[in-house]
Amino acid sequence: MSKRTVEVELSTSGLDAQGRPQRIPLVTNDGGSAVALQPPPGLEPDLEGEHMLINIGPQHPATHGVLRLVLELDGETVVRCIPHIGYLHCGFEKIGEYRQYNQIVCWTDREDYLNSIGNNVAFALGAERLFGIEITERCKVLRVIASELSRIMSHLVWLGTFCIDIGAFTPFLWAFQRREEIYRLIEKWVGARLTTSATRVGGMAADIPSGWMDGLRQFIRTFPHTLDEIDRVLTRNAIWVGRTVGLGVMTPDEAINWGLSGPMLRASGVDYDVRKDFPYLDYETYDFEVPVGTNGDVYDRYLVRFEELRQSLRILQQAADRLPDGPVNIDDPRIILPPKSKATSEMESMIHHFKVVMEGPRPPIGESYVAVESPKGEKGYYMVSDGTAKPVRWRIRPPSFVNLAAIPKMVEGHLLSDVIAINASIDIVMGEIDR
Amino acid sequence: MTRFEVVRTGASASGAQPATPRNVPHRGGEANPSAKALQDKFSAAIKRVEVIWAETIVYVAPASAHEVIRWLHDDQSQQYDFLSDVTAVEYRDADVPIELVWQLRSLPYRRFLRIKAQLPKGMPLEIDSVWDIYKSADWLERECYDMFGIRFRGHPDLRRILMWEQYKEGYPLRKDFPLRGRFSRSEQLRQALAQNPEARYSMEELTIADAFAELPEDMRERLGKGERTGE
Repeated sequence: MSKRTVEVELSTSGLDAQGRPQRIPLVTNDGGSAVALQPPPGLEPDLEGEHMLINIGPQHPATHGVLRLVLELDGETVVRCIPHIGYLHCGFEKIGEYRQYNQIVCWTDREDYLNSIGNNVAFALGAERLFGIEITERCKVLRVIASELSRIMSHLVWLGTFCIDIGAFTPFLWAFQRREEIYRLIEKWVGARLTTSATRVGGMAADIPSGWMDGLRQFIRTFPHTLDEIDRVLTRNAIWVGRTVGLGVMTPDEAINWGLSGPMLRASGVDYDVRKDFPYLDYETYDFEVPVGTNGDVYDRYLVRFEELRQSLRILQQAADRLPDGPVNIDDPRIILPPKSKATSEMESMIHHFKVVMEGPRPPIGESYVAVESPKGEKGYYMVSDGTAKPVRWRIRPPSFVNLAAIPKMVEGHLLSDVIAINASIDIVMGEIDR
Repeated sequence: MTRFEVVRTGASASGAQPATPRNVPHRGGEANPSAKALQDKFSAAIKRVEVIWAETIVYVAPASAHEVIRWLHDDQSQQYDFLSDVTAVEYRDADVPIELVWQLRSLPYRRFLRIKAQLPKGMPLEIDSVWDIYKSADWLERECYDMFGIRFRGHPDLRRILMWEQYKEGYPLRKDFPLRGRFSRSEQLRQALAQNPEARYSMEELTIADAFAELPEDMRERLGKGERTGE
């Protein structure tokens, strides 16, 4: 952990000799908050250990869902943090044991609801491993497009709400405006905005409509402008830097040991990305980089997620360029539904249709754990089959759940107002945590 | 202008770049080299090794699971430093034992290994916690206890996590637990209405505050008796 300097703009009205906005370096220490912002010693009276109990949530906008934190405060400093979860528990894993594989796809939308189409893809990959299916090339590229669009959507929500938590309102509007464009694209593709249910075992629910790629290319062309704007407003903003640098630091070893994944882990300097280390959907053939932080604080998490937005755009561009023609679904009538026109006109297709809907596709006996890089981290689906059409066990490995488990470690010793910033930097979705 | 820079690309592990698995065989296929190392090191504790869909599964005796995982974490030739998941599987066949599953990753060697321990039915469901090796096991083991009733010896804070602490219907992911819950809707409603809405904090949390005098009478009484849980 090295000492570092972040240049910040204290005022954009004053210009320096080169005509650029004036910048004043803000020196930060290892792990501590920004030096300039610390009160001089002796300013706060000693409170003689009279600790206070404070309750945040479960219904509080800054807890990003129904998270409840019970904090023990010494003055304004957090001494102990006890999180309570489970307010949104719906028993997804239990219900999955009573559903066919294609029916479970609908449940995957509803757990991490900011990344619904990405979860659909992840679940389908897990189920296809269990069935032993190789999907078509077109389907792979479409799924990459779906995953990366979903990552951008999720990061935009995170960025917007994080800004609001800290007190910046404008980037929230910019982020949500662009997110709306992606939702329009998704809606054109699968007919729904949030609960997409876009994949099926062995393929997709639908191919992209004609002209859809033009909309995607338009988005890829215009989105960097928004990113530059947000970057200009936030990255060197003195208030932003002061509120985020040095907060909730996790060292690389701690981050690995606490099981953090995704941007949380990479901000601590560990270059683990499932797309690179355990690739799926031919991610090894895409040219993209994995941003890795150095300090493991809230500011680095912001930087890592921000750079991931740009890298996702690069992947989207490459996927749009290489999208091959051909079928989307595999050619196996035991698994994939026949086209509706055939199901109503041909006897065989009708039988297949009936059997796929009523009995469901059956995987062989076995089990699979397929993890993908979701916007929150390593999202894994562990499925165990006993040869019937319904899984014996369907387990979600929720990245937010494991990341949130480290919040007591991250907030203890920080100020109460910093708890909000640290909690926002974890990027939690309670639907995924409680399931 | 110094922007945030991309420090490194991809993983730091040397060797060939990994690729998307293709045409994965159902059974057989190449096992993770760690499985062989485990068989050499703990011959008696390793029950069997299976490779299903190219994922290596090592079945260990429940009593040695902690020791095996400790070795996998500490040994320089293995370095399984990342615990992805802890969960359990109960099969529909009531005679098949409950399986406890650890999904381990070695980030330096880019390996994935699944360790399983079979806990026979009819015995107390207990196993050593791996919390002292991986801090990530904290909430994962609590969830496993909450959903399956498996007790983890040595876990510092084994409480229910997704269900509330007074939940009396049992363990939801067990196969003998009906999908709609064990109690009738009217009983569930009766219990919900009987809760004390004033009591929002657990006993443990109340020891923090000087709020003792302001508590409802019944909570002061229970707190005085040293009761720890309960909202």
